[in-house]
Amino acid sequence: MAGIQLAHIQKRYGTTEVIPDFSLDIEPGEFLVFLGPSGCGKSTLLRMIAGLEPVSDGEIRIADQPVTHLPPGARNLAMVFQHYALYPHMTVRENMAFGLKNIGLAEAEIERRITEAARMLELDKLLARKPIQLSGGQRQRVAIGRAVVKEPGAFLFDEPLSNLDAALRNRTRVELARLHQRLKTTMVFVTHDQVEAMTLATRIVVMNQGRIEQVGSPIEIYRRPATKFVAGFIGSPAMNFIDAAPIASDNRHLTVRLPDGTELETAINADQLGNGPLVAGVRAESLQIDESSPIRGRADVIERLGERTLAYVTLRDGAVVVAEAHRESPIASGDHVGLRFDTRNIHIFDQAGRAWHGN
Amino acid sequence: MSSLTSSLADAPVQDTTRVRTRSYSNRHWGNALFVLPFVCVYIALLVIPVADGFWMSLHDLDVLSGDSTWVGLQNFVRLWHDGIFRGAVWNTFVFVLMTTPAFVALGLALALALNRQDRTGTALRTIFFGSSVLSVTIVTLVWRLVFMTDIGLLANVMHFFGLSAINPLTSSALALPAIALVTVWWIIGLPMMLFLAALQQIPEEIYEAAAMDNASRWRTFWAITLPSIRRTVALVATIEVILQFQLFGQAQLMTNGGPNNASRPIVQFIYEAGFQQWALGYSAAAAQVLFGLMLIGVSIQMWLSRRHDAQ
Repeated sequence: MAGIQLAHIQKRYGTTEVIPDFSLDIEPGEFLVFLGPSGCGKSTLLRMIAGLEPVSDGEIRIADQPVTHLPPGARNLAMVFQHYALYPHMTVRENMAFGLKNIGLAEAEIERRITEAARMLELDKLLARKPIQLSGGQRQRVAIGRAVVKEPGAFLFDEPLSNLDAALRNRTRVELARLHQRLKTTMVFVTHDQVEAMTLATRIVVMNQGRIEQVGSPIEIYRRPATKFVAGFIGSPAMNFIDAAPIASDNRHLTVRLPDGTELETAINADQLGNGPLVAGVRAESLQIDESSPIRGRADVIERLGERTLAYVTLRDGAVVVAEAHRESPIASGDHVGLRFDTRNIHIFDQAGRAWHGN
Repeated sequence: MSSLTSSLADAPVQDTTRVRTRSYSNRHWGNALFVLPFVCVYIALLVIPVADGFWMSLHDLDVLSGDSTWVGLQNFVRLWHDGIFRGAVWNTFVFVLMTTPAFVALGLALALALNRQDRTGTALRTIFFGSSVLSVTIVTLVWRLVFMTDIGLLANVMHFFGLSAINPLTSSALALPAIALVTVWWIIGLPMMLFLAALQQIPEEIYEAAAMDNASRWRTFWAITLPSIRRTVALVATIEVILQFQLFGQAQLMTNGGPNNASRPIVQFIYEAGFQQWALGYSAAAAQVLFGLMLIGVSIQMWLSRRHDAQ
């Protein structure tokens, strides 16, 4: 397994700057996920690591060796592509053997690796088939198998699950997690799907417009988002954002007033923030339907998800928030409901979009 | 009672079945109307002339007197013993063997070189395809000027390098290769375009996967590109075999089949027999031989391609 260092990586297409200045150390053996919306530069970054895209500036090192200008095949990496990229005229076995033959590996060793990977990925019975004779899930397993037999220093995955249906995506996700536990090889995974990122990653790199918004473990990213962008991007349903004005209080904790007049005392140290307008962020699970609460609103839409119920509630000032009710809550569309904020889990965002959390 | 109920109930069912059958039958014949115009034209312009040509080949047909005598296969026996016809068959085969591989190899090479999305690529594609729109008279005129003895472009170039000038069109050994060269220059654009279309169908990701798999450019070409476009290779080869077997205009206008019949193709033989010597039966027999040769050529090509597909 190999670590990957990205130092001041830049990428420009003509005058368009896609990645302005990107630095990151990927630890050997970790499962790192680049997460971000379409066009944020995550795939470009992965392709630069792979050598499929030239770097405009900066340095890439793999296993402490500079590889910035090496061709893709010389970097000891294996990549799994979004559309599988299997060679359509070759059988599964030939697909897996192609890269190994190119480096002059002995036939016996090629056979050993293919047999082992096929057994691990349950491809034994498919080795003589061509890609067109396989289902989407089987093709993806072959693509993973083709990467595994190379025994690379690191695996690169470019949105490999996005072409699979929901059930197969979940199953393949688990298989990938197992694969990582088993091989313990460095894996770099690109996705725009936060569930994939949260479930697979050792660390997540949230990207926006070619820049890192936050690097952290899935729980850190979820519990303590560094910016308003991260807070809004991670979590389903998305975090509720409500305009908030700081008000003077004797308490050392920040107290804010919401547009409907509700005053909330947060767990955030008031000294950290100035007097400018703020935004309060609260996730649905920290905003519970509670009839005894004086904060009132009208439930417009009810979503019953089985393990919990979500209510889209319009507050008195017209703002809409998503709140959580018990899974068997009798709440119905049109009901006037009370809302209880879990003030320990309120996040505050300043005008620069920086997040502040309670201790 | 029950049988009465049963027979009452059956009556309309039988009617419906009959109506449905009739309706289906009507619809079936109605559908045929859609292909009728094509079938009529196909029969009138292809099936009847081919059948008529075969019928003519079994006759000694004098156009001037209008006499027609049944001779059976005698025209074919005459062809077999006709040295000029055998020479024409040989010339045509050699021409097809010279041009078809050149169209495939050169067309593919050009397509590979020009498969790029920039202005130079677009301009060069247009230039290479441009010659295809010229008529055979223009093309042969241009090349006759190039090959002109002593004062043509070729002669000047050879003089420049200190070589003695030669007009290939007057050489028995070089006339046919010269016509092949002109033909390739003239219509290389079509194979190039077909190969370009095929190359652009190969997903870029496959090349990226090959790059990750350490494949050299040469290995990528043999292991990825060529297998991915093998149907187009077969298509180009088939089209060119059919087209080049029908060589006529270039030979007629550049060498008139000479020197010493060295560049006379079958179609020119057919033309001369039919419309200069007015021996239409003999000419029709030669056309049947050409049709048979083309059929054999294309069948072998298709068989090879299918066998490769099956493997």
